Amino acid sequence: MSEMPPVTLTVTGRQGVAGSSAIAREALDAESRAWVQSLSVEGDERVQALKRLYDLLLRAARREGQERGRLVPVAGVELDDICQQAAGDALVAVTSKLDDFRGASRFTTWAYKFVVFEISVKLRRHPWRGRTIPTADDDPVWDRLAEDPRQADSRLESLDLVHALRQAVERELTPRQREVFKAVVLNEVPGDVLAERLGTTRGAIYKMVHDARRKLRRRMEAGGYMEPVAEA
Amino acid sequence: MNTEDLVRLLKTSSGDDAGCEEAFALLDQYVEAELEESDVEALLPAVAEHLRNCGPCSEEHAALLVLVREHMGI
Repeated sequence: MSEMPPVTLTVTGRQGVAGSSAIAREALDAESRAWVQSLSVEGDERVQALKRLYDLLLRAARREGQERGRLVPVAGVELDDICQQAAGDALVAVTSKLDDFRGASRFTTWAYKFVVFEISVKLRRHPWRGRTIPTADDDPVWDRLAEDPRQADSRLESLDLVHALRQAVERELTPRQREVFKAVVLNEVPGDVLAERLGTTRGAIYKMVHDARRKLRRRMEAGGYMEPVAEA
Repeated sequence: MNTEDLVRLLKTSSGDDAGCEEAFALLDQYVEAELEESDVEALLPAVAEHLRNCGPCSEEHAALLVLVREHMGI
């Protein structure tokens, strides 16, 4: 069994489960209430609860690691190290956000969410370590798209479409949107990988792609390359 | 990614989308609602829309669903 990493816990403004959170937590199911209570008290009970929680998170990380490990070139000790890091980071996230837990779901479901996030991000980033992210304007992905053998039956239409889309990308998008669109959409760089490189969040990258997509769709619709899609 | 994928991506519905942060904040509730066979499209439509559009969030949703299902013995 792996050792739980050192975690410094500061549960501010709370004595046991009493205090400002007590009303919301009256609705907790028994298992969730037990988790919150044991993680909130001082002393050995909390230490034991932290250990049980870490073990739960590590099992979840390993399960997900095995599942995703089939798609990522990492295995054995290296994979297990990533799983332990994910479980440790998730433990820190869960304990630091414990005051935010209001029992809208079971505690374990809420906690699993953090370890799923940690292991997923780490495994998505792993294959990109040390690799350059393609964003240059002369990116060869356009040529690859135009030469896609799956489009052989409609080659001329496909070339026309790729040309129109490339023009729309160059003319309609801001430099930053272009950079992000080329990386995430054309080169399939995961959003959280690009976010780490650009010092931003996955949500911000997603929003940029979302806005870029909308601009491009309008341009392609106006050019008669796509049927109009109703805006919500 | 090929041209068909690109066109499909551009066509993806532009409905109300929760975004990554809000979807993550509600993901545990969303998964439990699914397991209770609630209508998540009606309960949390912006999260449902986001999960259709965002690859990483969709992967994490699928993984959480499996974990919780196993934990609950479903």
